[in-house]
Amino acid sequence: MTRITHLLSTAAAWCLGLLWILPLLYAFWAALHPGEYATRFELLAPLTMDNFRTAWQQAPFMRYMLNTLIITGLILLFQLILCTLAGYALARMAFRGRGLVFALVLLQLMVMPEILIVENYQTLSGLKLVDTHLGVALPYMASAFGIFLLRQTFLTVPQELEDAARLEGCSRLGILWKVYVPLAKPTYLAYGLVSVSHHWNNFLWPLVVTNTADSRPLTVGMAIFGAPESGVQWPIICAGTLIAVGPLLALFLVFQRQFVQSFMHAGLK
Amino acid sequence: MLNRRNTRLALGLTTLLASAAQAQTALTLYYPVSVGGPLTQVVDGMIADFERQNPEIDVNAIYAGNYNDARVKALAALQSGQPAQLSVMFSIDVHELRDLDAIVPFDEVVETAAERQWLQSFYPALMENGAVDGTTWGIPFQRSTIVMYYNKEAFREAGLDPEQPPKSWDELAEMGQKLVKKDADGQVERWGAMIPSTGYPYWMFGALAKQNGAVLMNSAGNETYFNQPEMVEALSYWRDLSRKYHVMPEGTIEWGTLRQNFLEQKTAIMWHSTGNLTAVKNNAKFDFGVAMLPAHKNFGSPTGGGNFYLFKKASPEERKAALQLVQFMTSPEQAAKWSIATGYMGVSPAAYDTAALKQYVQSFPPAAVARDQLKYATAELATHQSGRVRKLLDDAIQAVLNGQAEPQAALDTAQKQAQRILSRY
Amino acid sequence: MNRLNQLYAWLMLLPALLMLLAFTYLPTVTTLWHSVFYPARGSQPAQFAGLDNYRMLIDDPVFWQALSNNLWYALGTVPLSIALALAMALWVNGRIGGRTALRLAYFTPTMLPMIAVANIWLFFYTPEIGLFNRLLECVGLPGINWLGDPDWALPSLMLMTVWKEAGFFMIFYLAALQALSRDLYQAAALEGASALYTFRRLTLPLLMPTTLFVLVNAVLNAFKLVDHLFILTKGGPNNASNLLLYYIYENAFSFFDSSYAATLTVILLALLVTLALLQFRLIERRIHYR
Repeated sequence: MTRITHLLSTAAAWCLGLLWILPLLYAFWAALHPGEYATRFELLAPLTMDNFRTAWQQAPFMRYMLNTLIITGLILLFQLILCTLAGYALARMAFRGRGLVFALVLLQLMVMPEILIVENYQTLSGLKLVDTHLGVALPYMASAFGIFLLRQTFLTVPQELEDAARLEGCSRLGILWKVYVPLAKPTYLAYGLVSVSHHWNNFLWPLVVTNTADSRPLTVGMAIFGAPESGVQWPIICAGTLIAVGPLLALFLVFQRQFVQSFMHAGLK
Repeated sequence: MLNRRNTRLALGLTTLLASAAQAQTALTLYYPVSVGGPLTQVVDGMIADFERQNPEIDVNAIYAGNYNDARVKALAALQSGQPAQLSVMFSIDVHELRDLDAIVPFDEVVETAAERQWLQSFYPALMENGAVDGTTWGIPFQRSTIVMYYNKEAFREAGLDPEQPPKSWDELAEMGQKLVKKDADGQVERWGAMIPSTGYPYWMFGALAKQNGAVLMNSAGNETYFNQPEMVEALSYWRDLSRKYHVMPEGTIEWGTLRQNFLEQKTAIMWHSTGNLTAVKNNAKFDFGVAMLPAHKNFGSPTGGGNFYLFKKASPEERKAALQLVQFMTSPEQAAKWSIATGYMGVSPAAYDTAALKQYVQSFPPAAVARDQLKYATAELATHQSGRVRKLLDDAIQAVLNGQAEPQAALDTAQKQAQRILSRY
Repeated sequence: MNRLNQLYAWLMLLPALLMLLAFTYLPTVTTLWHSVFYPARGSQPAQFAGLDNYRMLIDDPVFWQALSNNLWYALGTVPLSIALALAMALWVNGRIGGRTALRLAYFTPTMLPMIAVANIWLFFYTPEIGLFNRLLECVGLPGINWLGDPDWALPSLMLMTVWKEAGFFMIFYLAALQALSRDLYQAAALEGASALYTFRRLTLPLLMPTTLFVLVNAVLNAFKLVDHLFILTKGGPNNASNLLLYYIYENAFSFFDSSYAATLTVILLALLVTLALLQFRLIERRIHYR
């Protein structure tokens, strides 16, 4: 009985796995074969690298990749700093108006910058930051989600640890850095993953605020590159997609074990 | 304050310098194609030629994605004070750009008699969208019409003459039925025809309307005629192609994947932009033909694509330089080169008289179909608040094709809402 | 000392608050403000419209459709992607053949940007030549016009969203599962508890904090993830798959009607704030942060 359930469950897991990896498999198929096989599957279809060559010539992928890295890094760096400071103040410092500030932060949790693209665009064009990395990053630098998460985590740090550190003559920032930050590592990891994944994939806001290849991230570059205005060219688009995610994919394959394990050991909550 | 004085000082200095030596004029051109695609290489080549001939003018082309993106980016640049002297934008944006007070008519910029003459040198059908109130606001450049691509092998297979594609609505329905191929289970293997109904349904509908002797709007762009009897009849015919004659699949047909459907021989006939000609030519593994769209009362298709516009925020020198650039890009030789490279149309009769294009048309006759159809062409749907009005018509068409509404009722609603929006103009 | 403390606290909050102010609170207020004006045309200043934009909104069938679509979209994607994420995490956490390959498979959506992969999904969905209809054909079923049929367009978008979300959330469940204490499970096994019982009474409650974390993210995404609409349906056919944020984008950047876009934004804001309040009630009641 349990054996049958186990078998069924394994089969289900594999079916789902197949469905989940299907887009990636198809990307490889379409990219590696000539155009006429893009929608036909024949085992003996000839292989070609032409699609990669064409895609590579048609868009500055390295530039887009660099832009994405800069933007994502910029956002994550500022988010971590700003949210740590604010989270700590809200968790461990008594000051007038704390309740109000926390309520404001909570309210912002659901009001993400995407919703306010129209107004934020006007703000940025007023600051002359349209089409810059900073312009793409600015609206995301303070994150209520991060503040909230870190506050909750900091609240669980025993007060005695802080008191002990203070007796040793640690400054406030020193305590934050030496006591709180290390203890909140799992939260940082979880939050970092959410943030990086979000901005690696983010499209709408960068679409609005970037104009040229100087600041355009991969997502917007891919959209312009693949826009089906006169007809979709799957082989070229798939080749472009693979070029774009190739580095990440390779990293994951090589470091798959370490990645998952470090995540596991961190004991995410 | 101090800043402004500095700028003024700087400006004064520049003017001084300008009069002292031959100054460089810098132009920023916004252009709606995807970055790095084959089109940009052609445009870049033309601009490089222009700069070589006019060393005193620098042109900076910004490729800003599709038509909508290019318009957003160009207008945003203007608003935030960044330079932009000219742009290629959707031909149908003219009313909106005028409402925004963003563009100047070419009539104000041309000076000499020769330049005035040049304004008259284009195909009249291509000028329809650019001319409002007798003034020229847009010069045609990246222009197309709808043509009918058909699979000659499918015609032979169905016992039809591959040199006689359907010339009327009735023939399209009739031949289409013969062209449908079903497998043993009764599943359709190949459809008779496909008219795309996502992306630009209003454009396709404009063709059917024109064929039925009607136009969608007036040239001032403040009145639409969506629910006239001719329109209702046109939309009913479109729906009947799937519901009654079963020539076309039901539901909407995707614009972006239609070419692939045609190349995979899943449809014997497709209506699509001439902009696809080169791609179909390069990828079709079968004998195909290109023909004018079929007629009902008469032949007809809307034109489409992008025009050159001159922005208002520019100095007289910049405007002059911009005009020079537009003249260069639309000159017969360049237009011919452009047409051969892309499949878009040569914009003037003189372009089709150049040796290059003459030879090309001779070696590849389908390239002439779009030109020949121009005689019957009309303007593309262009009104004030064009985006919103277009969406009203698009939604009505899709609702009918999906069987959610009857043609008369859907078009009545669209017309009523469009008139409410346009009553302000 | 106390005053110094207060100053210190505000200094630490200042950078974050300034940024929130500039890119959230102020824009929220200006959105409200702009929603009571007509759009500025050319060089003329905008005119006061009172509640006209809101009246237009109430009369606008597209808005109502986008709103109801969005609610269905949330209802359809949030629970399903969370449940699938949990199932996937349980599978790759347990002993299963080819665990590494499965992990990679489940992880792919996180690496492929939505906008790029939407083109691939377009191929899956496209009738006549698409993958899904080919598969249906193999089992002798008639094809479906996935994106072109108003009944199927929204579910098709939802399927792709679930694909994206479940793979991402799986990571969090997997991490949480690995952190669970083995002793508890051994004790449960000693007492002869069935697998189902252990799951319901032990695993599920212990995973509560993760579930809430994932839930907040999922609900957020249900309202802000519209990237695939740009490629797959553009909200069509006849608005059958239009979502609020996409409609806002259309109004602001295709129709150049920033006033109406602002009005729509106000509604979306109100909706999200309500949802936020609901979620916090839930969190306060259910979560015991360690």
